[in-house]
Amino acid sequence: MRVSELLRPSPERLLLQAQAEETKQWGARLKIFLGYAPGVGKSYRMLDEARRRHERGEDAVVGAVQGRRSEEVQTILSKLESIPPLETAGGQAMDVEAILRRAPQVCVVDPLAAQNPIGSRNMYRWQDVQELLRNGISVLTSVNLLHVAEYKEKVQAITGRDTTETIPKSFLLSADDIVIVDVPTDLCLWRLGAKLTTIGISNYQERQLSELRELALLLTAEVVDAQLESYVQTHGIEPVFGTQERFLICLTPNSNAKAMIESGRRNMERFQGELYVIYAPQPNLSKKDSSRINEYLESARQAGATTEVLESDDPIEAVIEFAHRKRITQIFIGHGSHENWRNRLFGDPILRLIRATEGIDVRVFPH
Amino acid sequence: MRPPEGSSRGNLKIYLGYAAGVGKTFQMLLDARDLAQQARDVVVAYFEPHERPDTIAQVQGLEAVPHRKIVYRDRVFEEMDADAVLRRKPQIALVDELAHTNIPGSQRAKRWEDVQLVLEAGIEVWTTMNVQHIESLNDQVWQITGIQVRETVPDWVVRQAAEIVAVDVTPEALLNRLKRGAVYKPEMVERALAGFFKGSNLGALRELTLRQAAHEVDVRQFAFDETSGFQVPRISESRIGQVRPETAKERILIHITADASTAMLIRRGRRVADYLQADCLALFVHKTPELADLSLAEREAVEKHLRFARSLRIEAQVLAGKDVPQTVVDFARRNQVTQIFVARSRGRPFELLLGRNYGEAIVRSAHDLQVTVVADRTRKKGF
Repeated sequence: MRVSELLRPSPERLLLQAQAEETKQWGARLKIFLGYAPGVGKSYRMLDEARRRHERGEDAVVGAVQGRRSEEVQTILSKLESIPPLETAGGQAMDVEAILRRAPQVCVVDPLAAQNPIGSRNMYRWQDVQELLRNGISVLTSVNLLHVAEYKEKVQAITGRDTTETIPKSFLLSADDIVIVDVPTDLCLWRLGAKLTTIGISNYQERQLSELRELALLLTAEVVDAQLESYVQTHGIEPVFGTQERFLICLTPNSNAKAMIESGRRNMERFQGELYVIYAPQPNLSKKDSSRINEYLESARQAGATTEVLESDDPIEAVIEFAHRKRITQIFIGHGSHENWRNRLFGDPILRLIRATEGIDVRVFPH
Repeated sequence: MRPPEGSSRGNLKIYLGYAAGVGKTFQMLLDARDLAQQARDVVVAYFEPHERPDTIAQVQGLEAVPHRKIVYRDRVFEEMDADAVLRRKPQIALVDELAHTNIPGSQRAKRWEDVQLVLEAGIEVWTTMNVQHIESLNDQVWQITGIQVRETVPDWVVRQAAEIVAVDVTPEALLNRLKRGAVYKPEMVERALAGFFKGSNLGALRELTLRQAAHEVDVRQFAFDETSGFQVPRISESRIGQVRPETAKERILIHITADASTAMLIRRGRRVADYLQADCLALFVHKTPELADLSLAEREAVEKHLRFARSLRIEAQVLAGKDVPQTVVDFARRNQVTQIFVARSRGRPFELLLGRNYGEAIVRSAHDLQVTVVADRTRKKGF
């Protein structure tokens, strides 16, 4: 594939565009405020946004609100219209029907992760939210990392806290907007009643919370990256390079694959990046070499890499195309490739690769 | 990174954002008011109102240290007055815009240098900056946005901070603020929308900020664990289901030349070394150690690069050697270097013929070492 072809809209892209326009017609947007723990101030940030929208003339109401309320939160709530919850035998639930009848532009739903009492129209609150969105009502909602299903176990391992109320991560990825409410761990604990000492990690509790904080920041970065990619695709512009480190290892039968994969794994971990390991088959590969390549690819997958075999008459061209498509920032290649990928027509393949990938670091490994 | 017990140095806290108007100053003031209510002695050492009413409302009620007035080209400019802050000696000083360059005639060239002085006096400092002002990210930001940021803060200053807080807002909300005139004056809005604030720039810078903040949190966890012996399943390990093995410490060597691309090399080397927790060295090789036979321009360029490396706390040396690539490789072997960073040739044919394409020559001769040919990130794409 040539670069110029990347810009021609594919059927998938046209579909994306159509979908994006469709949601725009509905006009309803989902905005999620993500926090790494209670006490970071999600509810305040969210309600404050509802207040500002209300003051600018948007029709904003409060559909559900947390039990524990600070003074600041109370002040904002007193300025906004609230839809009273539905009292059922099994407990309180957001009154979806009343909200639909009221039909505001924006509705605050706090928190997002809640299980509705048995007999409610939806089992989970996130399904209530979907219903509001389908009916053209924008939603502001908040969620704590603990309640994201895919993170539940990790958070539990760190804090020992468990929950039965979870939402799928895919729901976060489907949001139009996601915002992280970040706050230093000491301030978070302080808001929950602890003594404020000095800034930075100073005790075990703060240390544990900082682990959650890192997870929440990376999760948000991941969502932002996905949004960026779809923006780039729907607008038909060039991919954006360098927001995240992405490593690409090019394997050959004689390369020092073990060292390259170990280094790639370490780099992926330290940079919280992504790792790809590829192999472009050469003609006349011996049985021994091809089984060695398979071993390398397997150990790469074990190290957390995404592997791919690229079929091409011109392996270097295939690497270059792959690197561009995946927005690679660093390519790892073995010195040994000098001999293996030699091609009289094109000259030294490593130098050719270096010259063809100006915006990418190329790291040449010893044989 | 917390200073050792009993240290008299003040703590530094940085509110990190990705553009003007994301709410860094607002958030800093909000947190500061919380503390001021707890009878902590907080002063505003420097505040740039930018005519933003919401932010100005937050500063009300906080004590402000008067700015220093400096006359430059018949106009009066205001800068932070570090001496006045020292005389006032509060517990916490709030300083807006860490990356700011002081007006000529100020005592120190950069605001971060003023901040160092305040920290050394044992005063806690809270400050704000955008991710694009981190020195080692300069080229990446250029690659992403097509814009070269001039005002930068060395990475070691950022690393000093006890805490980095990400100030997050969606690009959509930011653009709305901009269009309402809450960020810039109306006459500047059009220009901002066409430049920095356009298209995918904001999303990309936002992602960079979140990742940088996550990394800063990670680094501080390492520091805490090392001093406390704390053990917790770390995220990255649990992600791939294995424990980090003990690996030999990496040492990175940056090959300095007179070529302008060296600055890029130094920034990238610094960044990679920081992430890998590696040592970082730099080397310039010339026929004679005095550099006497270099042209004035080349000599100045080399000296500038050596100074730049040292300002980023990279140990930079000059060595004599007839065969430049071989001298670099020999030095690397003698000094247990694991990775050499070299520049990409700019493809000038006469240089290739003259054998001055050192990067490729080093790749050829360093068979036992890793050599990284660093990207030219002034171009936008991966090609």
